[in-house]
Amino acid sequence: MRYAMKSFLKMTWMEAKLFLREPANAFFTLLFPLIMLFIFGTIYGNKAAPSIPGASGQGTIETLIPALIAMVIGMTGLMSITMTMASYRENGILRRLSTTPVSSLLVLFAQVVVVFVMTTLGMLLLILAGKLVYHVQIEGNLLSLLGGFVLGSLSFFSIGFILAGIMPSTRTAQIVAMVLLYPMLILSGAAWPRELMPATVQKISSFVPLTYVVNLLRGLWMGESWNAHLLDAGILVVMLLLGMIISTRTFRWE
Amino acid sequence: MNTIIQVEGLQKKYGEMAAVDGISFEVQEGEIFGMVGPNGAGKTTTIECLEGLRKPDRGMIRVLGMDPQNHGHALKECTGMQLQESNLPARMRVWEALDLYATFYPRAADWRKLLVQLGLEEKQNTPFSKLSGGQKQRLFIALALLPEPNLIFLDELTTGLDPQARHTIWDLVRDVRSNGKTVILTTHFMEEAERLCDRVAILDHGKIVALDTPDALIRLLGAEERVVFTVEGSLPEDFKKNISGKIQFDIEGNRVVVHGTDQRKTPLVSEVVNQLTAQHIPFHDLRTEQPNLEDVFLSLTGRRMRE
Repeated sequence: MRYAMKSFLKMTWMEAKLFLREPANAFFTLLFPLIMLFIFGTIYGNKAAPSIPGASGQGTIETLIPALIAMVIGMTGLMSITMTMASYRENGILRRLSTTPVSSLLVLFAQVVVVFVMTTLGMLLLILAGKLVYHVQIEGNLLSLLGGFVLGSLSFFSIGFILAGIMPSTRTAQIVAMVLLYPMLILSGAAWPRELMPATVQKISSFVPLTYVVNLLRGLWMGESWNAHLLDAGILVVMLLLGMIISTRTFRWE
Repeated sequence: MNTIIQVEGLQKKYGEMAAVDGISFEVQEGEIFGMVGPNGAGKTTTIECLEGLRKPDRGMIRVLGMDPQNHGHALKECTGMQLQESNLPARMRVWEALDLYATFYPRAADWRKLLVQLGLEEKQNTPFSKLSGGQKQRLFIALALLPEPNLIFLDELTTGLDPQARHTIWDLVRDVRSNGKTVILTTHFMEEAERLCDRVAILDHGKIVALDTPDALIRLLGAEERVVFTVEGSLPEDFKKNISGKIQFDIEGNRVVVHGTDQRKTPLVSEVVNQLTAQHIPFHDLRTEQPNLEDVFLSLTGRRMRE
């Protein structure tokens, strides 16, 4: 048991290094959200955003940061998890592990831990930049916000595991993940406030899972209670549960 | 000598097709045991059943006295396995792979020593994807040696390697055996089986068609000796008469093949050379051919190994 723990720590450290060595991972998780933040910040500054109903008194950047955090979640969950797990299976990396006494589940856990830590890092960078450059305020409770972040992350990670399990190859997994991700980023309001979209598009966006992460994080950031976001949280919990059930059923080691 | 592996009536079907169709054999401690045959003969399925990675449909398997299906974990702790198709993450470095896999075993070997032993010292900081085929296989052997195993499985170890890399790998496998370890390998190179293995099981269509030392298998053919040479002009009729014993001549243009199977006092080759010089027949490119495992396979199955 003691050496299983040692294996787990070593594996997690290894996966963290591999995550950062993949340029796309490091860029989209850590850098790209900051670039988006500075682009919007340069255009609008952190002035009150009267054009966004329900966000009166809120600065543009203050509504933007939780949305960008949701974007990081969408990207790590759909891209990083999907790509890593699909390629580990396709290339026989999981198979090589299955010849050792260590459980192959270990690599799954290590993956979740590493991608979660990296997503968190992406969030912290956004908050830090927001505070230093635009002096943003988090109105809500920090723990509450963190809870929403954990829920949103895990529910999206489970989608990544489903994709990795059902797609026949790494290449298709990548394409499907991108086809899902890019419209989702735009429609959910992660990259552009939903309130600025036409009513029909807003309707469509309620079918996009990432929308609920954006809503929940923005609400919690502004200091709204979980009660006000029961629908968002409920949908994410259902997604997480379904995701766990489906991904454990469909996941293949080889 | 101890029996390390016992297999009896092993059968494994994929759908209707029996990949392995009731085979039995034993492997003794300290030998290099080879399974050879064309693609689809059932070698990999057999080795994966022994490793506990596949569940046999029928038959009994004991590896180090254990049933791989019930004691897979214990078995993996003390045997080394190299798979036919596997990889490491592209950006994982050589030393990192060894360092990581070393934590998987309760009593792991010192990976720094393995790095030296397998000649990978200079490559220790190289990412997996930048290694050559031979270097990748050396790394996989190193990983397979991490548990300090007494038994090591090598599946299609040298497929896709150039001849030089193949010879390096053969030397390494011999080193492994000389340290008292038992090696089980599969290959579809008859030459590899012949040069490397103490005993060889020839598989075809999921069955063992022959099992013995390479020498014994070749002797089984009834040692035919062949002498091949090229003459300038044509071969005089006298030449044939003057060679003793029951022999055959195959003449194609300038190329002559003399072969015979019966026991003779003088080797066929010296008699042929004597006659050629005595009769002043100009010749060149003379060589002898010994039968090899390839010929054994041909005579047992009526087919060539390579399609």
